[in-house]
Formats: sequence, C-alpha cells, structure tokens
Amino acid sequence: MIQIKNVCAGYDGEDVLHNVTMEFQPGKVTILVGPNGCGKSTLLKSIVRLNPHSSGQIIINGEDIESYTSATLAQQVAFLPQSRNVPDIPALRMVLHGRFPYLKYPRRYREEDFAKAREALKWVGMEAHEETNVNHLSGGNQQKIYIAMALAQDTPIVLMDEPTTYLDISYQMRLMRQARALADQGKAVVMVLHDLVMALKTADYVGVISDGHLVTYGTPEEIYEKKVLDDVFGVRVCRVETEHGWQYYHEQ
Amino acid sequence: MKVWKRFWQQNKEKKIIVIGIVLCVISMFASFCLGAVNLGFGGMWEALTHFGEQSLAGNILWKYRVPRTFACMVSGAALAVSGCVIQGVLANKLASPSTIGVNAGAGLAFTICCAFDVINGWAIAVSTFAGSLLIVMIVSITAQKMNASRTTVILAGVAINSFLNAATEAITSVYKDAAVMSADFRVGGFQSVSTVRLIPAAVLIVAALIVVMTLHNELDLMTLGEEMAQGLGLSVKKMRTIFLVLAALLAGASVSFAGLLGFVGLIVPHMMRFFVGGENRYLIPMCALGGAIFVTLCDIPARMMFGQFEVPVGVIISFIGGPFFIWMLLKKRGGRY
Repeated sequence: MIQIKNVCAGYDGEDVLHNVTMEFQPGKVTILVGPNGCGKSTLLKSIVRLNPHSSGQIIINGEDIESYTSATLAQQVAFLPQSRNVPDIPALRMVLHGRFPYLKYPRRYREEDFAKAREALKWVGMEAHEETNVNHLSGGNQQKIYIAMALAQDTPIVLMDEPTTYLDISYQMRLMRQARALADQGKAVVMVLHDLVMALKTADYVGVISDGHLVTYGTPEEIYEKKVLDDVFGVRVCRVETEHGWQYYHEQ
Repeated sequence: MKVWKRFWQQNKEKKIIVIGIVLCVISMFASFCLGAVNLGFGGMWEALTHFGEQSLAGNILWKYRVPRTFACMVSGAALAVSGCVIQGVLANKLASPSTIGVNAGAGLAFTICCAFDVINGWAIAVSTFAGSLLIVMIVSITAQKMNASRTTVILAGVAINSFLNAATEAITSVYKDAAVMSADFRVGGFQSVSTVRLIPAAVLIVAALIVVMTLHNELDLMTLGEEMAQGLGLSVKKMRTIFLVLAALLAGASVSFAGLLGFVGLIVPHMMRFFVGGENRYLIPMCALGGAIFVTLCDIPARMMFGQFEVPVGVIISFIGGPFFIWMLLKKRGGRY
C-alpha cells in the first residue's frame, strides 16, 4: 500500500503539487485525472523518487520511501513513464531488463529471470516477437513491450503514466482489462489517464487533481455525483444505466 | 540454404564477434608485415626466430611494427568504446569524443604538458585523462541542467572544440617547443609512438575496457532514458558519472600517445550497430574490435602511400570519416538523431 501524506513536490524549488494526501490500495485500480500540467505525473515521479518531494511523507508498505535503496524501491514499484526512448535491442532483452533490480553486480540474468520475462511477453500477447528489435515494432507494440517490462519487474505496485498513448481503442480497452487483472492479483495499480470516460469505467478509485491540489478522491460514482469533473474540465459528464452498469460520456 | 540461414541466425551476434576477432588478428599480422619496408613470410620468420638478435627484419618488427600496431589497436578500441559509452549516456548518436570536445580537452592538456616540459608517460596519460574528464563533465552537466536537446549538445561541442583549439594554439604560439612537440599530435598518428607513453596509457585503457564490458546492462538501461532507468533501480546520477569517467579515461589515455584522432569514436559505433544492433553486451566488444581493426587498417596505407614519407593516420581517418559522417546525416534525412 502507498500512503501519501501532505506531499508537496515540484521542479527547481517551485512546488506544483500542494499538500496532497491519499492512499493507493492493493487489489485496486486508482486513476488520476486532471488538466495538463496539474501535477499528476509529478506525483507519480515523486513516488519513485525521480522528482523528490519537498515536504510531506510517502510511505510504501509502512516504510518511508527515503529508507529504500534504488534497487529495493524498484522491487516494490514498477513505473512506466510518459516519455521513453526506443532502444535498438530485441524485445526479450528489453523485457529482461525489468529484472534488473533483483540482480547484483556484475548482473547476469538467470533462468528464472528469462522465465519471468517470457511470461510477461506472453501476458501482453507479444511472445511471437521476442527476437524482434523494439524499434522495428509499431508504436502500439512498443508500448506493449514497455508494459511487459513493468510486469517482469514483478512488483506489488504498478504506476503507469498515460499508458494508453499510441494505442488504438481496441488495445486501450485491453490494457484496461489487463490493469484490472493485475489488481485482481493483489497489485496496487495507479494510472494517469486523460480519457475521463475510460477512467470512470475502469477505476475502483479516481483522484481528481487540479492546479496541484487533490480536488477529490473516491469511487467513480462518488466522483460523478459530486460533479467535480464538470468544474475541473469544463465539460458535462453524463451517464446512462445499461445492462453492463453505468456507462459514462461527456459533452460540451 | 535454409539450414545455413538458421545456423547463422542462431547466436548471430556471437558469430560476428568471432569473425571480428579473426579479422583483428589478420589486420594485426598485416600491420606487422606491411610498411615502407615490407616483411614477407621470410622476413617475418627471420624476425620471429631471431628474437633478441641483431637483424634488419627483427629490428623493424620488434622495435617499430609491434609497438605501432599495438598502439593502433589500443587507441582504436579505446576511442570506439568511448564513443559508444558517450552516445549511450547522452542518448545521442551524434555524440563522440571528437564532436563534444573531449579529445580537444585532452589535446589542450597534452599541449600544457609539452609547454611545461612534462614528458613522463604516466603524467601525460593522467593529464589528458583530466582534460577529457573536465570537458565530458561540463557537457554532461550542462546538457542535464538545461535539459538540452541532442542538437544543442552537438552545437555546444562545436563551441567547446573551437575554444579549446584556440587555447591550444595560443599556448603553442607562446611556447615554441610545445608547438614542435605537439605538431604530430594535433593531426593524430603513430609515427613517433613510444613505449614510454604507450604502456601507461594501455594499462589504463585495458582496465577501463574491462570495467565498461561488465557494465553493459547498466548502459542498456541508460539508453532507455533517465526516468526509465531510475524506475528500474539504477542510480542514474552515480552511473552516469562512472560512465563518463570511463569514457574520459579511454579517450584521454588514447589521445596521450595517438594524438587527436577524430571520427573513430563517432563512426565505429555506428558501423558496429549495423552488424550487432544496439545491445551493449555485443556492441561494446564489437566497438573495441571494430575500432582496433579500423585504426590498424587505416595506418597501413598511411605508412605505404608515399614510399618513405608517411601520411599521419589522422588524415586517412578524416578522409574516410568526413564523407561517412555526411552519408550518415543524409541517410537520416527526415529522421533525427
């Protein structure tokens, strides 16, 4: 479990995130939404110490993140950042690097690491491409490889910053199902998404961030009923009841 | 045909490395044999069987060709691996010891050594390493602080190169002895290579090459980008510093005896990526082999083209490297580095 207590964080001494307090629970999918530049990605980066918080506390499994080493933190949290380089290496090797936090110098991947990497590739449906060079794959397939790498990291917490970028609608929906499956395995899954409809449909909990403040946090139904999305995004979020439950849509 | 193709595809990279080793040995023997005076099989046999005795072939081989060939191989391997590391750490395939000013930093340090009459092999190797390290740190920290684009890093390299070359020229204008001592050095070549300068530098280079090869997974992670690498548990700042120190050590030590050989650190990693891809566990050893082969093969025509007169190998490398660099830019038209 991740507990975020009164966290302020930002860049070059200037906070963009102010006094955020929330929890990400195991077995649940939490989705952070908010306008561009509101501090969603900053929050995720603070959790993995990419962007150290200026005040407050981030606690993972009862311990402050400052007490973790880089490797032990990476054994707890897998982070899929928004901007990534595309390397000129085979897909299997790339996914294998997800096992990096578990090895000590001079880091040689073991049989069990290969097994985990192959399992992760199979999970995202890319097992036939393990020898293919990552930069020869389409944008969507590259994204799958990055997700497989995060899975191979085999952590109880998975953070994904806009993971649906480059994916077609079919795979976006598949990714949401995969996020749910990961949560069903007991992992705490946290995603930053721009698609409000998908967020409300998929999440167990939604955190709405605006201007660096956590505006509200709750189940999709609670968020909808508070009408905060209408205020934050300037659109009208609506819903209809179907045989599959509430379906959300938005209009100007 | 299919069987052959399947055989080739299985562990292809390892087979290419074996071919690289064979070519390296062939180029080494070619370098032993060829020059202003060619040593045929007879000459080589005489030199090998009369080791330590006075003979013309023995003198040529042991006194000149062997040190010179090892100098070519060691400097080629060092510059190519240094380029590979710098390109990986800066995530910029146009970066190399010559384009971002690392060689020029070592060059300035060498010229200062000449000006103050410091000609001890270890002192020169350490000074050139310090010069390289200073520049690589300036470039890296500036690029990181300014979140500089790939183009900005290269442009900064152009400015740094100009500044350092001007400083070198200023010193050689004032200290005429330094101008004489560093004349060959500024073009790059092995005419006057001496074991006094070669051995300390070679020790540093071999040690640095071994360490870089053990860090291939870390370099792979660095090429994924800082955020990704940190998310995978790599201490990015610490590792970046280690890599840049190693890259500076390789380039600086090479410059201390071979002079300013441009382009090796830029073009060899590109050529080797074509053969083995970007996976550093294969790319680093291939760069070492490719760099050694490339510089050794360039040095042979440098000694033979004009009979008794030698062309500095830096000239030959630049003749090949310049057009290759332009071809590389044209090939990427519409894309970006």
